[in-house]
Amino acid sequence: MMPAMRATLAAGFAEPVLDAQACFRAALEAMARPGRVQRVAAPPEAPPPLGGAAAALLLTLADADTPVWLDAGPEAEAWARFHAGCPIAAAPGEAAFLLAAGPMPPLASLAAGSEEEPHRSATLILQVAALAEGEGWRLSGPGIEREHRLRVEGLPPGFAADWAANQARFPQGVDLFLCAGDRLAALPRTTHLAAG
Amino acid sequence: MSAATGYNFGYLDEDTKRMIRRALLKAVAIPGHQVPFGSREMPLPYGWGTGGIQVTASVIGPADRLKVIDQGADDTTNAVSIRRFFARVAGVETTERTAEASIIQTRHRIPETTLREGQILVYQVPMPEPLFRLEPRVAETKRMHALADYGLMHVKLYEDIARHGHVAISYNYPVMVNGRYLMSPSPIPAFDNPKMHRNPALQLFGAGREKRIYAVPPYTEVRSLDFEDHPFEPVRARAGCALCGSRESYLDEVVTDDAGGRIFVCSDTDYCQGRQARQEAAE
Ligand SMILES: [Zn+2]
Repeated sequence: MMPAMRATLAAGFAEPVLDAQACFRAALEAMARPGRVQRVAAPPEAPPPLGGAAAALLLTLADADTPVWLDAGPEAEAWARFHAGCPIAAAPGEAAFLLAAGPMPPLASLAAGSEEEPHRSATLILQVAALAEGEGWRLSGPGIEREHRLRVEGLPPGFAADWAANQARFPQGVDLFLCAGDRLAALPRTTHLAAG
Repeated sequence: MSAATGYNFGYLDEDTKRMIRRALLKAVAIPGHQVPFGSREMPLPYGWGTGGIQVTASVIGPADRLKVIDQGADDTTNAVSIRRFFARVAGVETTERTAEASIIQTRHRIPETTLREGQILVYQVPMPEPLFRLEPRVAETKRMHALADYGLMHVKLYEDIARHGHVAISYNYPVMVNGRYLMSPSPIPAFDNPKMHRNPALQLFGAGREKRIYAVPPYTEVRSLDFEDHPFEPVRARAGCALCGSRESYLDEVVTDDAGGRIFVCSDTDYCQGRQARQEAAE
């Protein structure tokens, strides 16, 4: 079967309007309270290696106005095109949303917005092995009363340095969703990470 | 499409909601920065809070409980209309109690009752640009925000102090968010400004006519602009509420008769009624 045909068999959201709203609220809460882990209650059925939370974010946020870059293979690309209606970006630097199931694209290679329009920046949806609250990094910044703790399994070794450079570019920069299965957490560009 | 109403859930179409949702996430990621969005025509005139309504419509879900206030009151025509609108197009429960609401849409006040985590405060914003009276050219104000060059505003405040002995701004008093962006708090009284600072709730701002969205994440620093020798002082009428006796709340002056009699009462009707109910119960 051709990838495009099989992709249409894997469904989008069961209840598109309500499921997108619920996923958006999880994403908004995650972005507003960096490091707090949210669960997507009704993720779509998506072709592997796409996980529930990452696939749900893509359907919730991407559309014809947002070029998407994926590294998850032709079946996932066809699924995203069919269910989100998004164009596929040729290079990471041209994407509004990136969904990385494999190696993380270097943050410095992604759209960071301009001085006047820092919101015209990429959002990276990164699939990781696991997320755990209450241990690991110490997070501080807007959205955090004193400190949130978050352990992320499955990030590249240079991540902390990459993130520090991204944070230093504020107000320009990339925003990050970390997704493990149906769970997600966010790191907006304002979040400071310290080793746990 | 809801069979009962003939409207899409939350009134807006899904493409519009998605665009506003993207803008909201970027607004939260860049506290105080104005993000443009493609505002839609709403079945209410500008000034009724079409920006706030579009933000609420993009955020709200069936599990929410919505409160709407206009100048602190739940029972004005404006507040009642917006509450009914969302009850109809989103089927949500509504409330007048600040503590019971998950989303509070507001025009020109912050509730007296302390907000908590999990609550979202949506402000209706008539003019999002804090510099517009000082610099009408949009390209110039964008450049000033890019450079964090807010000298014009400091000069204006300093001239106020030189002329009046204090900053003569009682509403829409400009704030710095997270030490970076100058932001209009919308026309709330300056008395309310300190409530924005490190608030546990998420604060979202929608300006429909000007097509801008901005945000203050929870626990984020919000400072009213001031000078070391002239620190910001929230002002309040030197009186108690005639109904509940509060000496902490923001008061409206109400004319009571033709002879010029006047009293002060709480602007926040839910706060005032709650205090009166507790006083009656204690008697
Ligand atoms: Zn009162």
